[in-house]
Amino acid sequence: MSKRLYAWLKLLLPFVAIAISVLAYYFIADSGKQKKTDHPYYLFLLGAIGAVFLIAVIAGLFKDSIRKDTIERAPLITGAIVFLLLLNIITTKTTLLPTLYFPSLDRIVGVLIENRVFLIQNVFDSLKLLAVGFLWGAGVGFFTGLALGYFKIVGYWINPVTKIIGPIPTTAWIPLALSTFPTTHSANIFLIAFAVWFPVTLMTSSGIQSINNVNFEVSRTLGASTIYQILHVAIPAAMPSIFLGVFYGTVSSFATLMAVEMNGNSSGIGWYINWQKSVMMYDGVYAGLIIIALICSLSLTLLFKVRDKVLIWQKGVIKW
Amino acid sequence: MVGEIKIENVYKRFPNIDPTKEDVQALNGLSLNVEAGSFISLIGPSGCGKSTLLRIIGGLDKATEGKLYIDGQEIKKPGSDRGFAFQGSNLFPWLTVEKNIAFGLKARHVYKENKKDVDEFIKLVGLEGFEKSYPHQLSGGMQQRASLARALVGHPAVLLLDEPLGALDAFTRMNLQDEILNIWKKHNMTMIMVTHDVDEAIYMSDKVVVMSARPSKVEAVIDIDLPRPRARAQDTFQEYRTKILNVLNLGGQIDDVEYYL
Repeated sequence: MSKRLYAWLKLLLPFVAIAISVLAYYFIADSGKQKKTDHPYYLFLLGAIGAVFLIAVIAGLFKDSIRKDTIERAPLITGAIVFLLLLNIITTKTTLLPTLYFPSLDRIVGVLIENRVFLIQNVFDSLKLLAVGFLWGAGVGFFTGLALGYFKIVGYWINPVTKIIGPIPTTAWIPLALSTFPTTHSANIFLIAFAVWFPVTLMTSSGIQSINNVNFEVSRTLGASTIYQILHVAIPAAMPSIFLGVFYGTVSSFATLMAVEMNGNSSGIGWYINWQKSVMMYDGVYAGLIIIALICSLSLTLLFKVRDKVLIWQKGVIKW
Repeated sequence: MVGEIKIENVYKRFPNIDPTKEDVQALNGLSLNVEAGSFISLIGPSGCGKSTLLRIIGGLDKATEGKLYIDGQEIKKPGSDRGFAFQGSNLFPWLTVEKNIAFGLKARHVYKENKKDVDEFIKLVGLEGFEKSYPHQLSGGMQQRASLARALVGHPAVLLLDEPLGALDAFTRMNLQDEILNIWKKHNMTMIMVTHDVDEAIYMSDKVVVMSARPSKVEAVIDIDLPRPRARAQDTFQEYRTKILNVLNLGGQIDDVEYYL
């Protein structure tokens, strides 16, 4: 019985924290240094968090797995709300931090809401650039790695080239790429593709080279041709390593995306951050950072979901 | 009956790791006839080239000199007439049991017409209910069974076994020895097995081929004239054991002899 009471108390925590936050918002005097917003956007955010959590609690009444998750996450969500509360007190109620660089939560959330159409447009531009560059890089990288790993003669001649060109940081190519490619857009795609290409090539070829030879011998005794061996032994056996390469490539594609968008681009979320900074609108900078965090985190989550599907046969799994 | 193997004067030399030194002579003019449908064990000091010989029969390695025939056809590369069970199970970890067993049929593009063979061999090695399991979910013995089924599913005339049971515990091992004998009886195939285990060789084989230390030849072929099914605790085993060990000792290799009692 007490266990049940304890669980309910846990579920109540986020709502208590929200209530305290609202009270603090209205009853602690503002320092008056922060620019006022049209609406209490920070409270909108708290309301949204509360609503989503309430839905989860209700859904938990009907489904055990959701209830378990909700109870488990309640303290974490409470912690996040308390963190926002402290942040709000420090930025709006005191003058501990310079208000120019540390805008109030009202203003940051306000930017996300008021400029949503413009922001979505920029997010879309960024995602398009990222996706096209990523697909080129991963595709070319996969085939380069396959050729390097499987055919010794290709490895002999091409490996030195990849070893010299590959480790050059992508950002070092920016000046050359911008001046040699016909359009900035094509240069950007090349740079992102390059960032993905190297780790995918490296991990694909090393994955194939480290396959135990007995796998190929078994498949030969079972009558597999070279093509069949590549498709049904080399690639699946190297898949864990290939995914690692794709993971490294994805992470470095984020870095490259920001670098190219901040250098001579005129759209995209990286450009937006840079622009907001140059006009001293730090609320926009934070809004941009929040969006980037969401995009990158969601991309990696998606990647790991695919990985778990494809590599279901693997014993240990990297947790994300 | 098919599955007759003829080995004529086979030499195998490997290049020395130090290129200035002479090649390593593994097989030195080895000849052997294996009757169709018989069960042969290859035994000898470690490093004597038993596995090398098996790999050459399987077509994985080439003889430096000499020729090998299966049913009169010269052996040049792996073929569907020979199945190969490797040391350890070596299942493909990314495929389920079922797909591992079907691999050879699919690679040879004969899967559709032989689909039911896969089920039949899964049943034969007692893995019903584990069709969709991945290798890491199986015990060592079950993995070895699946691996046997994979080698057998194309109905080879000859099954080559390279210490297939070496990595298993004693009880699983005895169990699988009996299962291999059952399969052999049921499918009327030729079995050539490399082993370190003198008792295993006596228990399972029609003939035990004792090989000498490198450069290796056939030192003796010992017929095991015991009725089947054989009892493991038989006194006559000791007789054969002594005979085989004596042959092995003739080379003056007492310290190198590896066997389990």
